[in-house]
Amino acid sequence: MADQANFSDVAMEHMPALYTAALRLTRNPADAEDLVQETFLKAYRAFGSFQEGTNLRAWLYKILTNTFINSYRAAKRRPEKADVEDVEDLYLFRRLGELQGGAAGRSAEDEVFDRFTDDEVKAAIESLPEAFRIAVLLADVEGFSYKEIAEITEVPIGTVMSRIHRGRKALQKALLDFAVARGLVGSADAGR
Amino acid sequence: MDSGDHGVDCSDTIGRIYHFLDGELTEERRQEIQRHLDECPPCVEAYDFEVELRQVVANRCRDYVPPTLIDRVRNALVEEERRRGSDVVPGAG
Repeated sequence: MADQANFSDVAMEHMPALYTAALRLTRNPADAEDLVQETFLKAYRAFGSFQEGTNLRAWLYKILTNTFINSYRAAKRRPEKADVEDVEDLYLFRRLGELQGGAAGRSAEDEVFDRFTDDEVKAAIESLPEAFRIAVLLADVEGFSYKEIAEITEVPIGTVMSRIHRGRKALQKALLDFAVARGLVGSADAGR
Repeated sequence: MDSGDHGVDCSDTIGRIYHFLDGELTEERRQEIQRHLDECPPCVEAYDFEVELRQVVANRCRDYVPPTLIDRVRNALVEEERRRGSDVVPGAG
């Protein structure tokens, strides 16, 4: 059992990461701030039931994710694609290789990476359908394990793995589309 | 161990590259993939690309918390504590 009086001391340090996740989920700062505040209040109220010594960060993300799904999504009723197009493994790597005429090599790829702006990477993540966005965010930005993500999102681990895998490929496609649109890489038919 | 007969090929390696990268393979599988990577430059190149992409995604996705939000949450928690304290446990907080 955790002592509620300690809540601020242990929870506040997670705010930057939670705020980042909230921004990716809600896609706007005002909703992200509300979501973070609501998450902290819910966590504070439920802190008595948090098992000390277990993963506080995962517990906070679970509250954040649930709150987002239950309140924000329902409130917005934003019609959204539920699925992602399935593309080949190593999509970005292979396409960049093709576009750069086999001269891809590490340095050419590094150059493309360097030229992505923060806003483009964020927008690429935000372009993913919700379930995939949450899975990729938790895995690749927050570094949670498959098992932790399964617990946070309350879905079977096989579903988590599939969402991460397909979400990553969709993210790569979104990044390539940005790269092509900005002329970072050649060829007009690249976005296919 | 040298290239064993039951070693994995490029397509096995690419098919498991994310699980490898995520540290989510059994030790036996992990070693099989590692052995293949040790002797297959094209697969290593693909692997390095994925590693780097992951770092780019993680690093470019950080946002600064507005200081007003920190204050707002702290105040909300103090308020909640006061409310609960007066409801239930006198003297809490």
